[in-house]
Amino acid sequence: MSKSNVETHTLSVLVDNEPGVLARVVGLFSGRGYNIESLTVAEVAHAEHLSRITIVTSGTPEAIEQISHQLDRLVPVHTVTDLTLAGNSIERELAMVKVRGRGENRVEAMRLADAFRARVIDASTESFVFELTGRPDKIDQFVELMRPIGLVEVSRTGIAAISRGPEQM
Amino acid sequence: MMREMSGAEMVVEALKDQGVDVVFGYPGGAVLPIYDAIFHQNSVRHILVRHEQGASHAAEGYARSSGKVGVLLVTSGPGATNAVTGLTDALMDSVPLVCITGQVPTHLIGSDAFQECDTTGITRHCTKHNYLVKRIEDLPRVLHEAFYVAKAGRPGPVVIDIPKDVQFALGTYTGPKNVQHKTYQPKLKGDMDKIRQALALIAKAKKPIFYTGGGIINSGPAASALLREFVGLTGIPITSTLMGLGAYPASGKNWLGMLGMHGTYEANNAMHGCDLMIAVGARFDDRITGRLDAFSPGSTKIHIDIDPSSINKNVKVDLGIIGDCAHVLEDMVRLWRTEAMSADKGALAAWWRQIDEWRERKSLAFQNSAKKIKPQHAIQRLYELTRDRKPYITTEVGQHQMWAAQHYHFEEPNHWMTSGGLGTMGYGLPAAIGVQLAHRDALVIDIAGEASILMNMQEMSTAAQYRLPVKIFILNNEYMGMVRQWQELLHGGRYSESYSEALPDFVKLAEAYGAHGIRCSDPSKLDDAIREMIDHPGAVIFDCVVDKAENCFPMIPSGKAHNEMILAELADDAGIEIGSVIDEKGKMLV
Repeated sequence: MSKSNVETHTLSVLVDNEPGVLARVVGLFSGRGYNIESLTVAEVAHAEHLSRITIVTSGTPEAIEQISHQLDRLVPVHTVTDLTLAGNSIERELAMVKVRGRGENRVEAMRLADAFRARVIDASTESFVFELTGRPDKIDQFVELMRPIGLVEVSRTGIAAISRGPEQM
Repeated sequence: MMREMSGAEMVVEALKDQGVDVVFGYPGGAVLPIYDAIFHQNSVRHILVRHEQGASHAAEGYARSSGKVGVLLVTSGPGATNAVTGLTDALMDSVPLVCITGQVPTHLIGSDAFQECDTTGITRHCTKHNYLVKRIEDLPRVLHEAFYVAKAGRPGPVVIDIPKDVQFALGTYTGPKNVQHKTYQPKLKGDMDKIRQALALIAKAKKPIFYTGGGIINSGPAASALLREFVGLTGIPITSTLMGLGAYPASGKNWLGMLGMHGTYEANNAMHGCDLMIAVGARFDDRITGRLDAFSPGSTKIHIDIDPSSINKNVKVDLGIIGDCAHVLEDMVRLWRTEAMSADKGALAAWWRQIDEWRERKSLAFQNSAKKIKPQHAIQRLYELTRDRKPYITTEVGQHQMWAAQHYHFEEPNHWMTSGGLGTMGYGLPAAIGVQLAHRDALVIDIAGEASILMNMQEMSTAAQYRLPVKIFILNNEYMGMVRQWQELLHGGRYSESYSEALPDFVKLAEAYGAHGIRCSDPSKLDDAIREMIDHPGAVIFDCVVDKAENCFPMIPSGKAHNEMILAELADDAGIEIGSVIDEKGKMLV
């Protein structure tokens, strides 16, 4: 398999929210040697016991087609949608970023947070925790800017994605 | 029908409602309530195996020869882990199984209790689906759903793990009616536009070939009948994988023999040279394709399969049709007839002339001997002397398996049970036991090697207990023959650990198990000895002492293409160093 045409795709997988379903999905990726770059999962319809798993994966177009089919083959999986292939989807990630500093660094952190529309959700005399939502590259950028100022740690949710327009996936 | 009963009773009731007549199992602490429920009834027969791996292969043999779901019942911990090989085997070869495992009581799960293991965790990768039933309310639904999942779509093994307290708990049993899975509904009917496109390709093909696999057998006898009809209508040559043997009769005039690593010269060259490949229920396994980038380079490829993930997995195809083989073939045959289509007869005649030239190489030929029994000769004699009995053949794994596939010729589906995908030594004897239970009056033969047979030899006790007249035909060359062959080809003839040292006396072993033992090493006495085996009313172990050095040819060496086969004549030619045929890259492959 040539490495030259490796693409990154976002897959949305609707599954029955039953014990072991996440292990099935993750195990499929490790067992067949596929990559997971980001994975998020949460229940989206309580009454129907449905969870939505968003997976960012990379591979050749053939490998990604195969991943979709393999996922679809799992018994508790309802639908698999390749949002990248379908085009026109929105991807968002939430991050909480802890920054430590005093004096000028503190002011600089606040200014940058303002520019990125990050909110302060915790503050002490020598630290802030910022909450930031956006595309993953925006979060990467924010984190890099905070590093020299006094970055302590980052917690990111991974990507959630949905298609634009009125249609259901 | 709704009735109050215990979880254990529900298991037995569900088996009855699913039409199960035989269960293969082994009791233990965590399944005792179910064994007690079995004790209290007579409609489900329990067959006591001697090792849980035996139960899983017996259930496979039963399922594959009957088209029904095979059922096994094992205890927690080691009972479940011992069954794992058979479950994996069934997953690889798409055999419908339901495996019921006992589990420690729910309040002990996760405490490293005695005979506890994470059964659903361990079997997640080797089953089509599995369940841990923690509430009695879920049990009836799960039991029926498991049977549905096992046989629907591409069949496979399903595990139901039932904690002991759930087996004791009382609940309301509901029958199998209205159990419909909310998500799992495989597509059976193929897309009609694609079917029409396929037919148009078939009609104009100059050098077409059918490449069929186990999917035809799994689809049921109707698929085999339709395949035969369609091959007859079109006049196209047909080859099959190991798993698909019998779907098209070996005596049929379009039959090219098996393809792949030990397939015939004509089948592999036809695959290489065809302009249209029609793959039906086959999965382009590496034993079939050989070197992928040189696989059938000039052909348009149609792939009919019920599993969408099989299409474009290993080989990119031009037209993928997702559906059940029988459904798709039915549409194809009907349209071919109603639209009065026909193949390009002139081109086909030329194609057949080419194929006949390849056939002239007689790639399955071997140098027979009057002194030693050649293993191929032994299979040929076995075939000639048993064919009229329409026997069921199982095998172990290795050279004997390939010789059986090459020299025993199958006329009907479901008569050939072998471990193809996983290649499980020890499969054949328990599988033969399962087959014999599904077909009490049939002749069932396990074609074995002396190394493989020892892997599940304990199941002779099962055969003895239930008076199952299985015949074990051992091609005894005192080597793990296929390992030895590869060591000759790849590792300079250094036969590291592949000699079958300290073998038992198989005749005495047969007698120890209350069976009949026969040994034959003289080619002139072989026929009589085989007749003695067939005529014996009980189980037989036949120790057929064969030429130790014989290799299995023809062969596509690892890393080579279909048109780069080694034939026996080349291997015998003193001028060619057999160890040099496989290059360094090929040695890396299995």
